[in-house]
Parts: sequence; structure tokens; C-alpha cells
Amino acid sequence: MIEAITTFTAQHGPLLAIAVPLIASPLAILMVNRVAAFIVTWLSAVTSFGLAAQMVTITADGTVLSYAIGGWAPPIGIEYRVDAANALVVLIVSMMATVLLPYMRTSIEQEVAERQHTLFYACFLLCFTGLMGVAVTGDAFNVFVFLEISSLSTYALVAMGAAKDKRALSAAYDYLVLGTLGATFFVIGLGMIYMVTGTLNLADLGRRLAEVDAENRTVRTAYGFIVVGLGLKIAMYPMHRWLPGAYTFAPTTISAFLASTATKVAIYVLARFVFSVFQIDYPFERDTLQFVVLPLALLAMFTASFVAVFQQNVKRLLAYSSLGQIGYMLLGLTLLTATGLTATFTHLFAHALTKGALFLAVGAIIYRTGGPMMHNLAGQARLMPWTSAAIVVGGLSLIGIPGTVGFVSKWVLIQAAFEADLWPIAAAIVASSLIAVVYVWRLVEVLYLQPAREGAAKREAPLTMLIPIWVLVVAIVWTGFDADGLVSVARTAGESLLDGGFVADGARIIGVPGR
Amino acid sequence: MSLLFDTAFIGTHLNYWLFVILMMTGLYIVVARGNLLKKVVGLNLFQASVFMLYISMSKIAGGTAPIEIPDPNAVYSSPLPHVLILTAIVVGVATTALALALIVRINEAYGTIEEDEVLEIDRAKSLAETAREDERDNEEARAV
Repeated sequence: MIEAITTFTAQHGPLLAIAVPLIASPLAILMVNRVAAFIVTWLSAVTSFGLAAQMVTITADGTVLSYAIGGWAPPIGIEYRVDAANALVVLIVSMMATVLLPYMRTSIEQEVAERQHTLFYACFLLCFTGLMGVAVTGDAFNVFVFLEISSLSTYALVAMGAAKDKRALSAAYDYLVLGTLGATFFVIGLGMIYMVTGTLNLADLGRRLAEVDAENRTVRTAYGFIVVGLGLKIAMYPMHRWLPGAYTFAPTTISAFLASTATKVAIYVLARFVFSVFQIDYPFERDTLQFVVLPLALLAMFTASFVAVFQQNVKRLLAYSSLGQIGYMLLGLTLLTATGLTATFTHLFAHALTKGALFLAVGAIIYRTGGPMMHNLAGQARLMPWTSAAIVVGGLSLIGIPGTVGFVSKWVLIQAAFEADLWPIAAAIVASSLIAVVYVWRLVEVLYLQPAREGAAKREAPLTMLIPIWVLVVAIVWTGFDADGLVSVARTAGESLLDGGFVADGARIIGVPGR
Repeated sequence: MSLLFDTAFIGTHLNYWLFVILMMTGLYIVVARGNLLKKVVGLNLFQASVFMLYISMSKIAGGTAPIEIPDPNAVYSSPLPHVLILTAIVVGVATTALALALIVRINEAYGTIEEDEVLEIDRAKSLAETAREDERDNEEARAV
């Protein structure tokens, strides 16, 4: 019986991981009360998480999962195609949703009007569906559609922060305009490669573009549009203007979810297009990545971290720190080596855990004190010791102290820099981490060394918030000491992407073929 | 003659020229206009230009609608981009609706839909917050 179920989920996993939250979304609205809506939402996230974990174990040895939607054989029909790279991203997204949701239930009591709670869950599920869809799909236009499903619901979710601070509205509007520009640029790029190749299946695109003349100007233009479009979604420096506002004024759980998943998924799409579709031996791509994207990534690592040091709003501080961390991920990608890509994927995972834990812990302090400013944090170590300790561990992981997952990813990244004989870049990674020490120390100083507001009683965050925070903190430390599994999955992802990912011949393909 | 006056080139690629002009007009409005509503109009124009690109590229000169006809030499236009654009139009409509809803809320909260004024209000609020924090920092420093 159990075996029959696992065989079924192994075959239909890629589809079910999307379909379950998508169906749960309208169900959440129809539920009689908020508790029922929460249960439906959470169960669908847990289901997706289980399916994602199974996909990771199946693809860990380089196997490729292929699912022909509606039985139409690819490349004519839409295909969901999962290799180690997407499986890891799907795992990150579904894991964060599963951990975040119990916390969300408590935190939105203060942040969102009660009658909107079911709608909030529905919107969150749509965002979740979109991100999962982007990660599993093997069809270029499908990427756009899912990207827009997640983005549109994200704009709405960010705007929900307006109940506390009206600046959420203008932040959401900025995000909407820039996000739509990015998505439209991406579609223009897709249109152009479709003109050249006549296909939209990612694997098929990879095969056919490899045969196109490298001097083809349409392909070059398409590449430019796709990188700029995705760059806007990634918040690649200097196209990051929307990010600080959106993360600062969104409800805290949404900030945590976006910081740990949305930009990561966009980075995955960029990696997929760079390595599977255009492929690494495309000279124009090599040049743009090494001479344009790499310097910008280095610039982001320094300037964004530097700006973070001077922030008085803790959520804004974390948002700027995210921009710097995105720099590390892009840096790994632009090194164009297997180790560099391993570093990118390890850092995707590491940063999801770290920034998730930090945003949630800050959210718990906001829940108790009412605001995200530095004075709200002052002296909280005595009033909320567990939450403050979580911020410290998250901060250490952000710097990359040994014993945390942040160390693992930076270690691999520095290795990649040395392998590529680029020791100045290794030095830059260390130097920019030192800036992180400054802003993390500021948090620690305010939390531990400043006096608390007079008359404030010791009041730890409620357990529904504390448990998700500490699940993430334990995961940070655990993977910090036992990172073999994570690094080996990331390495499989990196190596397979370097061969063209799921385009490569000879991969064992299982799943549901079309007729 | 230079490329600019190569009438044959312009003539055979007219749809792409129109696409570029429309796209740049839309982008310019998004960037240059301060009124939030006008920005949405620009965004719509920008998206519409992409619809034009997709639709025009699938048309084959002398091609007929993609419905099988008895003529074995019939040339068909590709229906796929049209279908894709149907989806993109839906996305565009949803984006516009959401943007308009946001503008209504911004108008309620700020009393204006001019970007400069909204930014001014936002900046004043952020500055006031930061100033309070800086003052507190100085007090801390004095106490130490």
C-alpha cells in the first residue's frame, strides 16, 4: 500500500506539488472560519514539502523527472522537468512555507484585519504555487505565467502591510511597476528565441540554440532582454530599487517568505537560462556574465552591506543585507565553474534559512513591542531571551562564522574563487563579510548592552512564533556541522547544470511520458 | 545609402519598427510621468507592444488561418503565439486591475496620486523616524 503511494507520488510529484496548493487556495476562502482556512493552507504546504523531499532524493543521483502535462508529448506539449537543481529550489520554497505558516497565523493577528485572514491565506497559497511552478516547469512560457502568478499575489501581500504603515502601498506600487517591466522584458526575450528556434520547451530550446550561429543578433538581443528582465526580479544590483521598500513594509512573514524564496527562485531561473538554454559555450553569454554581472555582484556585496550598517529600521537593515547576499549568489554563478554553482545553490539554501530566521525573530519583537525600529530592540535580550538568541545565531550565519550554514556556503564560494585563480575575489568575499560583522554587531549591541524600556515586563514571544524561529535556528546550526548532504545535492545540481542540466544526453529520465 | 534609408529593410520589418516605437513610448511614460495613473497607462502600452510583437511574428505572408483545408499547398500561420498572448493579455489585465486598486488605496491614504508628493510624504516619515533613533543613539552615547 505504502509502496503504491510512493510510486504514485514519485511519478506525479512535479504536478501534485503545484496542483495541491493551487486547489487549496480557493478552498481556503470557502472555509467556514480562519482556523479551518489555516489548516487547509498548512496541510497543502506540508504535502508539497513531502513531495519536494521525495523529488530531491530521486534526483540526487542525476536522474531527471519528466512529466508530460495532459499526456501531450513534449516538446509540443508542456512538460514539467525536474533535476537536482530545481528539486533543491522546490525543497527550499516548500520548506519555508511549511515552517512559516504556523508563525503567520499568530503574526497576522496584529498585521491584518481579521476578516481578511482567509483571503490572506489564499493569496499566500497563490504566491507559493507560482514560485513552485517556476521551479518545476520545463516550459519557457510557463515560467513567465508562474512568475506572474507569484508576483501578482506578492504585490497584494506586500500592500497588506498598509494596515500598519501606509508606506506599504507605495512600496507595493513600485514593486508592481518594476516587477511588470521585468516580466515583460523576459517575455520579449522569450519571443525572440521563439522566433529563432520555434520551440518553447526549455530542453528543446537548449538543443536548438546550440545549433544556431553564435553571431545571431536576435539571440543576443533575446539574451540581453532575459537577463535584464530576470535581473529586475532578482533585484540584481543596480536594479534593486523595489526591494528595500517591499521587504520593510510588507507583513513580517511575507518579508521572511520573499527574502528566503522569491529572489532565490528568480536566481534559479537565471541559472537555468544561462546554463541549460543558452549554454555555457555561448561566447556572448560568457562575456556578459564575467564583465558585467560579476562586477555588479561584487559591487552589491560591498555597497548594499555598507548601506545596511546605517539603517535604523531593522527590517530595512535586513533587506539591504539581502541585496548583498544576492551578490554572493550571482558571484558563484558568474564564475562559470561547477564549484561556483555549488556555492550558489548552497548559498540559496543557507540564506533562505538565515534570513528566514532573522526576519521571523525580528517579527516576534515587532509583535511584542509594536515596531521594527532600533529602539524597539533595545534591551530585549532580557525580556525575550530566546528570540534575541535566535537573532544572534542568524547574524553569525549571515557573517559566515564556522558552525553555521552561512560558513559552509561562503567556504565553498571561496574555494570556487581560488579554483578559478581569482584570489582578489576570495579576498573581496572575506572583506565584505567583515561589513556584515558591523551591522550584526549593531543588532547584538542594541539587544544585549542597551537598557530596556523602563517598566517593561519579561515577555517572551508566543510559542507558535518561537517554535518556527527555533526550527530554522536548529537547521542553521545542524547544517553548519553536517553539511555533506546539502553540499553533495548542490554539487550534483551544479555539475548537471554545467553539462546543460536536463538538456544533457544520457540522463536517466523517469516520469509520465506523453502519448 | 545608409541603413537608415534602406527602404527595403524598413519595409520588410515594419512590424518590428512599430513594436520598438510603441515599446519605447510605453517605457518612456512609465519612467518620465509622475502621475501614478499615467504610469499604468504607459505600462499597458509597453505590454501591448509585446503582444504586437508576438502576434505579428507568427503571421506568414499569404498564410491562412490554421484550420486544415483541402488544398495540399496551403500555408498556415502559426497559432501558438496567439494563444500565448491570450495568456499574456490576462496577466496584463490582472496587473492593471491590481495597479488601479493600489492607486485607489494610495489616494485614500496619501490624498494624492502624484509620485513626487507620495515620495515626499514617505521621505518625511522615514526622516522623522531616523531622527528619533539618532537622538536616542546620542543619548546612549552620553550615558556611557
